[in-house]
Amino acid sequence: MATGEALLQLPFTVNKGEVAIMLEFVQQLVNGLSLGAIYALIALGYTMVYGIIMLINFAHGDIMMVGAFVGFYSITLLGTNIVMAMIFAMIACAVLGVVIEKVAYRPLRGSTRIAALITAIGMSLFLEYMTIFLLGPQQKVFPHSAFPLKEYNAMGLLITNKDIFIIVSAVVLMIILQYIIKMTKTGKAMRAVSVDREAAVLMGISVDKTISITFAIGSALAAAAGVMVGVYYNTINPLMGIIPGLKAFVAAVLGGIGIVPGAMVGGFVMGILETFVSGYGSSLYRDAVAFGVLILILLIKPTGLFGKDTGEKV
Amino acid sequence: MLQVKEIDVYYGAIHALKKLSLEVEQGKIVTLIGANGAGKTTTLKTISGLLRPVSGTITYKGVDLTKVLPEKIVALGISQVPEGRRVFAPMTVMENLEMGAYLRKDKKEVQQDMELVFERFPRLKERRRQLAGTLSGGEQQMLAIGRALMARPELMLMDEPSMGLAPLLVREIFQIIKDINSRGTTILLVEQNAHMALSIAHKAYVVETGAIVLEGSPEQLMKSEEVKKAYLGG
Ligand SMILES: Nc1ncnc2c1ncn2[C@@H]1O[C@H](COP(=O)(O)OP(=O)(O)OP(=O)(O)O)[C@@H](O)[C@H]1O
Ligand SMILES: [Mg+2]
Repeated sequence: MATGEALLQLPFTVNKGEVAIMLEFVQQLVNGLSLGAIYALIALGYTMVYGIIMLINFAHGDIMMVGAFVGFYSITLLGTNIVMAMIFAMIACAVLGVVIEKVAYRPLRGSTRIAALITAIGMSLFLEYMTIFLLGPQQKVFPHSAFPLKEYNAMGLLITNKDIFIIVSAVVLMIILQYIIKMTKTGKAMRAVSVDREAAVLMGISVDKTISITFAIGSALAAAAGVMVGVYYNTINPLMGIIPGLKAFVAAVLGGIGIVPGAMVGGFVMGILETFVSGYGSSLYRDAVAFGVLILILLIKPTGLFGKDTGEKV
Repeated sequence: MLQVKEIDVYYGAIHALKKLSLEVEQGKIVTLIGANGAGKTTTLKTISGLLRPVSGTITYKGVDLTKVLPEKIVALGISQVPEGRRVFAPMTVMENLEMGAYLRKDKKEVQQDMELVFERFPRLKERRRQLAGTLSGGEQQMLAIGRALMARPELMLMDEPSMGLAPLLVREIFQIIKDINSRGTTILLVEQNAHMALSIAHKAYVVETGAIVLEGSPEQLMKSEEVKKAYLGG
């Protein structure tokens, strides 16, 4: 009765059923945030690479997968903790991204976009089936010992240490990324190259080096996301990059491809949307949502939420 | 200082420069005038290494530039104010200037040079945190010049810096070019505004369909009937 009276003093009336509905809503939001953080990190790589060389790097989701495997082996074979596993995965994938750009995409610079796109799809398949060939097609269980689950109950909301880990590390990485892009000379060079490559060369900026750095950063972010996916779903497998890769791609398009803050927002929107659809609708529609969103953006605003005709690319 | 010798440059099948030669002496203002499509921009782009000649040589202080990466050519002391300004529109005025000094490691002196640019162009100072894309045409041209100055060039290549500017501003820009030159920077100036260009240059070349057709002192060229007809409006 006492709580009921307290509630009645609010400027609007709320009954117990409505409280439960709101709580459920906020709970879905929390769940969506960690998934969204993962999509946002992957989307950043798509958008940065597109911003600088106008290529949809279809192998990007698979780089995320490789990151998950590096993280997995770092924990199981080297016995590192989750943070070190993430750092190893990021370093390994930064190198992988640079190598892929150098051997597969650089020779095609200046040729048609369709040629580069087909190469990217080929690279995607190569990474997937090379991983199957080397490590087998079976899924691997991310060791629980690396991340003992803890659940917290805050005002009726269930929050796990996984959620906290994913959201906090994603936010830290995004802040570091923003710092690099906005404040450092390298970041400014990345923006200059994406705005006007020829003018950037006239400044003495090496376009090749700048593109390599962009691939390194984008791939490292994907690797971090890969380790997060391992933590989030517990299992990893060689084809795990495909669906999150596609969803993150949609997130990048939603935010406006080539626009960094757009990818962040797009990622969170996609993550939250997905959990709401599986929470209130059916998890059967979970994956269909992404494609529905893609079709809607392409119909309504192909430049995305943040897209302007003269928008900054990186 | 700079010798361009018989360069041939192609865009695919288009033969844009045909055995073009010119020379720039240290400390001078040399101007290259010519009509639309004559090959002026192509010449500057080839010197900067953005385009490669099929044959011929470009020697700068004894170095063959045709074998040097474009970003290394900047390091040799050549910077360019490109046609159409080409400022980085979504970046601030200060960031644009920083990009001009991209290869320099002497942070303190870069800072001082930025102050010098602001002294020269007070309007840029007021707008230093503004995006370059929001500047007026004249301000963007000043930014493009300031950006090139940030590299502390010994040779500055300028591609139609007066293009699209009001007459008063054109005068100002030419005054600035003279001033930059008087402080020791050699200038190769490409212009369609032949009158102004000839009035400040020490030496001039006329280019037509990819080849030099006339060269000499500005006084000589101004007297030439051909130049009068084609470039000085009779
Ligand atoms: N990217 C290109 N592809 C094909 N042809 C080109 C290209 N750029 C220039 N050309 C051609 O090369 C020739 C020289 O062009 P260039 O731009 O050097 O002329 P310009 O003297 O700078 O002219 P303007 O005064 O109009 O700037 C022209 O015939 C032009 O059509
Ligand atoms: Mg031109």
